Amino acid sequence: MTTGAAAPVAWEPSEHQRARDAYRRSRARRSTAVAVVSTIALTAVAVLGLVSSPGWPRVKASFFDPEVARASLPAVLEGLWLNIRVMAVCAVVIVVVALGLALARTLRGPVFFPLRALATGYVDVFRGLPLILVLLLVGFGLPGLRLQGVPTSAVVLGGLALVLTYSAYVAEVFRAGIESVHPSQVAAARSLGLTRGQAMRHVVLPQAVRRVVPPLLNDLVALSKDSGLISILGAIDAVRAAQIETARYANFTPYVVAGVLFVLLTIPLTRFTDALARRSGWLGAQGALAGGGALR
Amino acid sequence: MTATNAAPLLRVRGLRKTFGDHVVLDDLSLDVEAHRVVVLIGASGSGKSTLLRCVDLLEDVDDGVIELEGQDITDPRLDANAVRARIGMVFQSYNLFPHLRVLDNVTLAPRLVHRTPRPQAEAEAMAVLERVGLADKARSFPDELSGGQQQRVAIARALLGRPAVMLLDEVTSALDPELVGEVLDLLVELKSTGLTMVVATHEMGFAREVADEVCFLHAGRVHERGTAAQVLGDPQEERTREFLRRLHA
Repeated sequence: MTTGAAAPVAWEPSEHQRARDAYRRSRARRSTAVAVVSTIALTAVAVLGLVSSPGWPRVKASFFDPEVARASLPAVLEGLWLNIRVMAVCAVVIVVVALGLALARTLRGPVFFPLRALATGYVDVFRGLPLILVLLLVGFGLPGLRLQGVPTSAVVLGGLALVLTYSAYVAEVFRAGIESVHPSQVAAARSLGLTRGQAMRHVVLPQAVRRVVPPLLNDLVALSKDSGLISILGAIDAVRAAQIETARYANFTPYVVAGVLFVLLTIPLTRFTDALARRSGWLGAQGALAGGGALR
Repeated sequence: MTATNAAPLLRVRGLRKTFGDHVVLDDLSLDVEAHRVVVLIGASGSGKSTLLRCVDLLEDVDDGVIELEGQDITDPRLDANAVRARIGMVFQSYNLFPHLRVLDNVTLAPRLVHRTPRPQAEAEAMAVLERVGLADKARSFPDELSGGQQQRVAIARALLGRPAVMLLDEVTSALDPELVGEVLDLLVELKSTGLTMVVATHEMGFAREVADEVCFLHAGRVHERGTAAQVLGDPQEERTREFLRRLHA
């Protein structure tokens, strides 16, 4: 980007450059042709393999019945709306809890030892426990205590289990972000007289959070799928609704419908993550190369 | 050394700093009187940066005393944040906050540390940015500036706290050669305002121009000290001569 004072001189590509361009164009045409042929071939093999399998007519009838799909769609969609609400509420709570956990682990000083130890222990335990076990323990264990004020709704208990597990993961994402900010940033902040907390709040965290947005959105995609697991507690989400519809029509198509809906839900999230990462230059070395993938 | 009745602004006695088994500073002593510029020279690893970081309390010392305006700042009972706020530090790699605009980089400390209201902090910041010639960049982000401009912002940021002393740690070492001049010119101008500075540098021409005293650091001590003419022109110690020879080679 030169600030050209004079008008740019008319430029004609040299013989050399024209030959190079022609070669590149022929290679590009060839690449496109190869891609088309290989895609068609692969698809054909997959479809033929599926359709020619001995059980295909039965599978087609019981998994891909358009009538059942149409009939079960409203119920599954209504279930999906519950998934979306659970996901949205949980995502907010998870971010808050996880940030608190990550910050607790950065605290210094003897007063905070219990907090620090608690946060570390919490992350160790809930990152190791399978989500389905947490769901079962929370979903059936908590109400079993018969304590006053403990919710009994499957949705609330399921959401609580999701928050417990995901907070541990997301806390580690935040911690990685905090640790990725170069110590010289803290040195600069402290040299200006900022306290440890002020340096964290105004210098480290803003940079850390920006860096971890792509992995956070990745966890959000995972959460949107795992919100389906609350169905094992009896909440009527998309998965449970599909199960009910499957029983009603004695046909598995509603499961396929639910699967398609989940995919449709997560694709925009994934694309949004990628776009955000690209726009903010978050792709790191690859983004810096600007089309570096094309390097020969 | 000129004798004055007043105690030195900064007084370092018997300073020792080790990293593991490596002794970086060993019984180092240094006096910096008010309104004077002391230039630290010495090979990489001779302890220049570590000395400055110890003075700014960015490193815990292993022994010795550092007095600023007569107060022992290595006393662990002291509020280190308040001490740091009285010292201006400028780093080799600028260390601007990349997520903040130039103006916010400069006003962050006044607003948080001195509780200056934002309008007042911004007015003062604009005055300082004017002084370093970057008032028109106040709304830019650091990565939109050249290295020299970034370093001038870092100097402005350190200046706004009205520090008793400025510590400059090889502030031109990361700069392209053609950008070194603008930063050194600024430091020369700051000296003319009577600012007390301790400058670690490899720029011998600059040392000759601004230094009231040059200290050659070797093996964790001040090995030779004197005026620039003495230390750079007629060094008495073999180590100093060797260092200068290698620098000019």
